[in-house]
Amino acid sequence: MKCPPIALAALLVACSSRGTPPPSIDAGPDVTSPANGDLQQFVAADAPTVPPPTGRTAPAKVRISLEVKEVERPIADGVSYVFWTFGGGVPGQFLRIREGDQVEFHLLNHPDNKMPHNIDLHAVTGPGGGATSSFTAPGHQTQFTFKALKSGLYVYHCATAPVPMHVANGMYGLIYVEPGYPLPKVDHEYYVMQGDFYTVGKYKEKGLQPFDMQKGIEENPTYVLFNGSDGALVGDNALKAKVGEKIRLFVGNGGPNLVSSFHVIGEIFDRVYFEGGKNFQENVQTTVIPAGGAAIIEFKVDVPGTYIIVDHSLFRAFNKGAVAMLKVEGPEDKTIYSGREIDSIYLSEKAGSTTAVATAAAAAVTGALTVEEQVAAGKALFAGTCSACHQGEGQGLAPVFPPLAASDFLRTQSKDEIIGIVLNGRTGPIKVNGMDYNSVMTPLSHMADDGIANILTYVYNSWGNPGGRVTAAEVAKIRATTPRPPGAGE
Amino acid sequence: MRDLAVAVSVGLLLALSLPASAEAKPQVPAGPPAEMVAIPAGVYRPLLPISPAEAEVAVAAFWLDRVPVTNADFLRFVEATPAWRRDRVGRLRADGRYLEHWAAPDRLGPEVIADAPATNVSWFAARAYCASRGKRLPIEREWERSAVDLDATPAAREAARAQVLAWMLTPGKRSLRAVGQRAANHLGVHDLNEVVWEWVDDYGAALVPLDDRNRGDDDRQKFCGAGAAKASDPTDYAAFMRMAMRSALSASDASGMLGFRCAKDAPS
Repeated sequence: MKCPPIALAALLVACSSRGTPPPSIDAGPDVTSPANGDLQQFVAADAPTVPPPTGRTAPAKVRISLEVKEVERPIADGVSYVFWTFGGGVPGQFLRIREGDQVEFHLLNHPDNKMPHNIDLHAVTGPGGGATSSFTAPGHQTQFTFKALKSGLYVYHCATAPVPMHVANGMYGLIYVEPGYPLPKVDHEYYVMQGDFYTVGKYKEKGLQPFDMQKGIEENPTYVLFNGSDGALVGDNALKAKVGEKIRLFVGNGGPNLVSSFHVIGEIFDRVYFEGGKNFQENVQTTVIPAGGAAIIEFKVDVPGTYIIVDHSLFRAFNKGAVAMLKVEGPEDKTIYSGREIDSIYLSEKAGSTTAVATAAAAAVTGALTVEEQVAAGKALFAGTCSACHQGEGQGLAPVFPPLAASDFLRTQSKDEIIGIVLNGRTGPIKVNGMDYNSVMTPLSHMADDGIANILTYVYNSWGNPGGRVTAAEVAKIRATTPRPPGAGE
Repeated sequence: MRDLAVAVSVGLLLALSLPASAEAKPQVPAGPPAEMVAIPAGVYRPLLPISPAEAEVAVAAFWLDRVPVTNADFLRFVEATPAWRRDRVGRLRADGRYLEHWAAPDRLGPEVIADAPATNVSWFAARAYCASRGKRLPIEREWERSAVDLDATPAAREAARAQVLAWMLTPGKRSLRAVGQRAANHLGVHDLNEVVWEWVDDYGAALVPLDDRNRGDDDRQKFCGAGAAKASDPTDYAAFMRMAMRSALSASDASGMLGFRCAKDAPS
């Protein structure tokens, strides 16, 4: 015990007047300041909420009670998982104290729990970070006291054997030790924590999913999540702000295995207190947050819209759930971001001369357009738009992209049908020249009628196809009589 | 303690009197009573061997209760020995949760499954119960030797471990149920690792350092082991958790998911 005798005496007074704290999470972390007799108001801080600043100008004596609960909760839609939690949720409750505080820490292990647990707070200086003093059987509680020597954002987690399993089940959270001076004022503070999860079933496989130890050992997570469930910060639960507001994110990574490449798509971080420490870097795109580490991230939002928060190790974002959202409302600022201004074909080096397209367009206006001009223009357009999939000589790319060259499909379908496919796209199985294909043709309805007519005329007159002609009027007729698929241009 | 002393003296008398009669008329040694299973001599592989020489520990033959002691059993004990009622027992021997799930000190009430394991029982109380039956608590190596089938195929062992993990991960008291409902294990014992944690007599020897990540870097840690670096099989998470649970307990602790069963030396 390094506590000065006076502080110790204050602690004893606090203990004797307190009695046994009820094992309840409703009250949230409970902080008192016997030094000046004030009861500090402490709002329960379940993620993504961050408790307000302590507002204290001097260190105090603080009492924190944190309750461990083993709970079954959704990890994704229709999928549940048995989480072990500090306070009932993942991540655990956000704890906020000030540098120099003397913290009397109580760990409560709910009587219905099966496992013994303890806590290692990275903000604690001493063996085990508190773990050596907080090993607690179900239905019991332990207490230890520490002095918050250094400011910073710290991870806390359970350290009971087998440690990685306790952490993989969600036993982590953040404790913020404020420096002795106020941080710049911001409009919103949010609490986001990444973690990796290992279930026997695949990503989003329904039902109660047990922990998969082998996947954990292989560091092959089923889920990589922000705030403990797929979609915890998406849609209605997205983080929110208004244009012009400043945001501070307290971001942690519980692991147990993965290092996060934390990124907000479409934002540049004004400041990153990297590794949760004292110094900051400015103008950051992506910041690394190690397992068992944290960062404080500040930025101002200038442009309205939805900003996707990801782990930029992108398979985690696309296939394992590492996606959150920040929704920003307010007026546009076209000088910062215009939105889409031009959407046109980029012919690149694959394109032939664009002169042919211009010639055909001019001829169409005078009504003197020939099949040859159409073929020449169609060839240029085909190279720019179609050849990426159907290949330069229309040979296709089996088994994904069907051939257009000597195509029995082209020969047997009506012209209207073919025009419809180019305009509206097509999805699902087809058979071409005896081979089965099952992929997606994207709608090209954003192209002008004469462009589509020229492309099809080129295709009909190339590579052993039967010849013929498609006119802009025919394309216009199909465009008028068929619906566009959702999302396609008119 | 008096019960224990009586039991010990009875045991001694039996032990002294047996050889005489055996000499007079050689007999097949009596088998265990119906509620017990004879566990043959065998081997226990500690998760954290004290030394390489003790990677395998011999376990002598003994008898073990087929099922955990139930609430109904324990109620009869409390009726016969009122000193162990929850309103009379000293707090040093059983903490405030002792038998808290019963409706009254001498009544189970409708919420309690009579045939489910007696939980919220301290180590002192469990010992006293076993002594009252002329038995004792099993020691850790006996309990582990009965629960883990070392002769199982690797696949069967994996499956068994997965089942134990599944029990440990079932939240709350959902897995509490009447004893003996599931098939017995390879030795004929029911409910090991399936319904409740169970006291062992030497639970206090299952020390992990208070921070389980210590690697045992000094002599003092030798008996505590605990770092994964020293574990005989660091993938045996179920064994880690049993060890963690035992080392978290104090003798007066009562816990809602912690019960016990009794054992007895086999006659030699």
